[in-house]
Amino acid sequence: MTEKDTTVTAGSMYTAKDFASSQEPKWCPGCGDHAVLQQIKSTLPDLGISKENFAFISGIGCSSRLPYYMATYGVHGIHGRALPMATGLKTARPDLCVWVATGDGDALSIGGNHFIHTLRRNPDLNVILLNNEIYGLTKGQYSPTTKIGMRTVTSPSGVIDHPFNTASLAIGSGGTFFARAFDRDGKYLRSLFTRAAKHKGMSLVEIYQGCPIFNNSAFEAFASAEAKAEHTVYLEQGKPLVFGAASNKGIKLEGFKPVVVDLQKEGLSLSDLWVHDEADINKAAILARFADDVAGEESSLPRPMGILYAEDRVTYEDALTAQIEEAQAKGAGTLAELLKGENSYVIK
Amino acid sequence: MTDTTTTSRKGNITSKASVSVLFAGDSGDGMQLTGTQFANTVAVRGSELNTFPNFPSEIRAPAGTISGVSGFQLQFGSKPVYTPGAKFDVMIAMNSAALKANIKDLHRGGIIIAGTEGFDEKNLKLAGYPAGVNPLEDGSLSNYIVFKVPVLQLTREALKESGLSSREIDRCKNMFVLGLLYWLYNLTVEGTAETLRAKFKKNPQMAEANIKAVEAGYNFGDETEIFANLGRFDVAPQKQHGLYRRVTGNEASAIALAAAAKKAGLELFLGSYPITPATEILQNLAKMKKWGVKTFQAEDEIAGIVSSIGASFGGALAATNTSGPGLALKTEALGLAVIMEIPLVIVNVQRGGPSTGLPTKPEQSDLFMALYGRHGDAPMPVIAASSPVDCFYTTYEAARIALEHMTPVLCLTDGYLALSSEPWEVESPDNLAEIKPRIQPARKPEDPPYLPYKRDENLVRSWAIPGTPGLEHRIGGLEKQNETGNVSHDPDNHALMTKLRAEKVNRIADSIPLQAIDNGPEKGDLLVLGWGSSYGAIKTAVEQALEQGLSVAHAHLRYIHPFPKNLKTILGNYKKIVIPENNNGQLVHVIRDTFLIEPVGYSKVTGLPFNEMEILDKITDLLKEL
Repeated sequence: MTEKDTTVTAGSMYTAKDFASSQEPKWCPGCGDHAVLQQIKSTLPDLGISKENFAFISGIGCSSRLPYYMATYGVHGIHGRALPMATGLKTARPDLCVWVATGDGDALSIGGNHFIHTLRRNPDLNVILLNNEIYGLTKGQYSPTTKIGMRTVTSPSGVIDHPFNTASLAIGSGGTFFARAFDRDGKYLRSLFTRAAKHKGMSLVEIYQGCPIFNNSAFEAFASAEAKAEHTVYLEQGKPLVFGAASNKGIKLEGFKPVVVDLQKEGLSLSDLWVHDEADINKAAILARFADDVAGEESSLPRPMGILYAEDRVTYEDALTAQIEEAQAKGAGTLAELLKGENSYVIK
Repeated sequence: MTDTTTTSRKGNITSKASVSVLFAGDSGDGMQLTGTQFANTVAVRGSELNTFPNFPSEIRAPAGTISGVSGFQLQFGSKPVYTPGAKFDVMIAMNSAALKANIKDLHRGGIIIAGTEGFDEKNLKLAGYPAGVNPLEDGSLSNYIVFKVPVLQLTREALKESGLSSREIDRCKNMFVLGLLYWLYNLTVEGTAETLRAKFKKNPQMAEANIKAVEAGYNFGDETEIFANLGRFDVAPQKQHGLYRRVTGNEASAIALAAAAKKAGLELFLGSYPITPATEILQNLAKMKKWGVKTFQAEDEIAGIVSSIGASFGGALAATNTSGPGLALKTEALGLAVIMEIPLVIVNVQRGGPSTGLPTKPEQSDLFMALYGRHGDAPMPVIAASSPVDCFYTTYEAARIALEHMTPVLCLTDGYLALSSEPWEVESPDNLAEIKPRIQPARKPEDPPYLPYKRDENLVRSWAIPGTPGLEHRIGGLEKQNETGNVSHDPDNHALMTKLRAEKVNRIADSIPLQAIDNGPEKGDLLVLGWGSSYGAIKTAVEQALEQGLSVAHAHLRYIHPFPKNLKTILGNYKKIVIPENNNGQLVHVIRDTFLIEPVGYSKVTGLPFNEMEILDKITDLLKEL
């Protein structure tokens, strides 16, 4: 799979079309993957990076087909292993801009171990986790994010596994960037991808999307046009947590407990509300537990969308590079020195 | 070999062609350090040398018991030595468990130096001797020359003014034994003194106490009457002048990977997960940052190999190292590397299996897994190292094949090679084979589109490295269309790609050396065909058989897949083929299957390497049948 012309070197000279490969996406009609792919292709021209310096890495699953549709370097690897592959690539080649496309099964089930360890190591990867709370490619089995009680082909009596809370897991694993959006968020999605790309470290963007075939209504309770205003809160750095169709509701922190308040009825002003600080890990931990509807129950708290947490921390590859530079401060080792070693001896 | 005895002021000195020594004691007795120091001393003097440590898998097994015994065996000689010795001539037994565990491997008439404090009532009980039985007192050792030395008491006396605590003093007792051995083998203590001063740089008091213990041991030999009848021994150095270093197999493999990267003009990336007995490769490479080596200690074996595949996609010389259970975990990723057709070196340091098996014991356990252990038809070159030093050359060759043929390569070593050591005459960079990676140059706009799976005359595709303009492409685990690399489920295409992948690996046989006969006639009655770490035992046994006038030859395989092109002819030149293996018979199947002949399998699956006596006996028996 190759593209015709990639000699353009200035990032601003690209359009989204330059990042489309010759392969037609084979996702189901109506799948959110199409929209996410489009937003990624629209994001890349803004980053000022030459096309040949992008790499897209994935594992297995519907979402993991994404690299085939990008006109960049890419690897479609094996199930669950996108993150170690991306880590190896980024460690060997810190100059590349490395993206990972993964899903709830790929990242959180078979790749769960890699997920937590990559988060704590913090290589500079941009990870898009497409969460549809179901296994699509294998036709409808429950995933680690499927709600308790849901009937699927492998849970005919209802799921009994407690689901993962992706945000809590990511923050608890030492992740440095967690954001969340809907597949239908359009330009907002692009703004998050841009922030994710600029974040030095592993940025994790969880995207809520239904599976039109096996779990279409996964997020309808709060993603539909009617429900969204009342059941989600879009976070903005330094701004109070306000939501509701009339922007009349807010979140107030009482001790460690977030509570919903009605600004008018309770005579409160914006200054009484929780102000979002994406660098505050304690607040991020509380945000992550908003709307923890493990069985699809309705929550009194809205679901936070946007950047829940962002922290500056040295990346894995930078820390390793620094160690190598220190070791080479007095010059890199030669092949002859390598072969000779430190404990050689001369027999006369 | 003839021993000659001369008389000097300090008693008789008998000249020996080679000597095998076992240092054995409790895990906490410092036997590994003692053996290593002794090995360094004889190596620097110019002896031929082969060492092998033998220790329990537990870090601190119950003190005083058989399972807690730690041993370090070495053979040094005035002629090449290829094994640590089938049996030892001298045994240091720091306690009764060490004696009990190892006495069966001491030559009849061999020397035992027993630390008497390790034979008190408590230790005898822990070693499992019946109440009232002490092997040092009951005459059961009458076939050996036994020296009872109160090592602990003598060390305490020597160090009473050292200023060390009594616990610290007691820990120096191994150095006393070392000094005594130096006296017995006509060696000097200076080298060790220098090493100890460097080792305890921040604690000169400790350094001086250890040196004093070595000297005390040496002086004890000189002054005591107990060795008067035995005298001393000398093993004359024989090495040619030159620059040497002593390497274990794992050290050699690590150096080889870094050297291959340098020679190929690439960076080395090792993705790895600690596993016995392969871990030292990761540890050694982690120290090589001065050479730009990047090591990644992954969360598991799978991440170890997959990170390496990512690094290889990025243009590094990528490697991973492991042992049996880890190789099992890596098999899915090996299949990915096969279908991606990217360079990757897997160093598998075999150990006893199945499952956790015998983690610290060597076994040639994984030949079948290396050849066949993947999903689908997934051929991969397999090569095997035959000695600690050969771990360098074989691992280097694995890297060369991987980079020049765009394929993962499985390099087999084992726990015996990994931990054994021998002197290595330091290679000059110019003597190392050139390595030419198949890197695809940047594409100009007027050039035709890049075809990732277009092949050269050896069926090798090119390596398009991210960052190169015009070569953007996607590859992965799904079957590819020939040349374009696009995903394809076409039936004929899959058949074609399956055959191309196999033929690509087969054609490596065109560029590897022909199989050589290591020793013995080109045609004859019996060929001993070996692979891997049995080299030393077979080499020694065949040498002895040839001295007896037997019609036997030795060939040792480095290339197992593909085989050297002349192997079939060689196998036809002998009436009988015997294949010794430290497994239940694996190469013997492969040879039978490939060449439709009936070789004789000779298995040893005890978790112990072959020794030369076993091979020689087998040779003798087989020739009688002819």
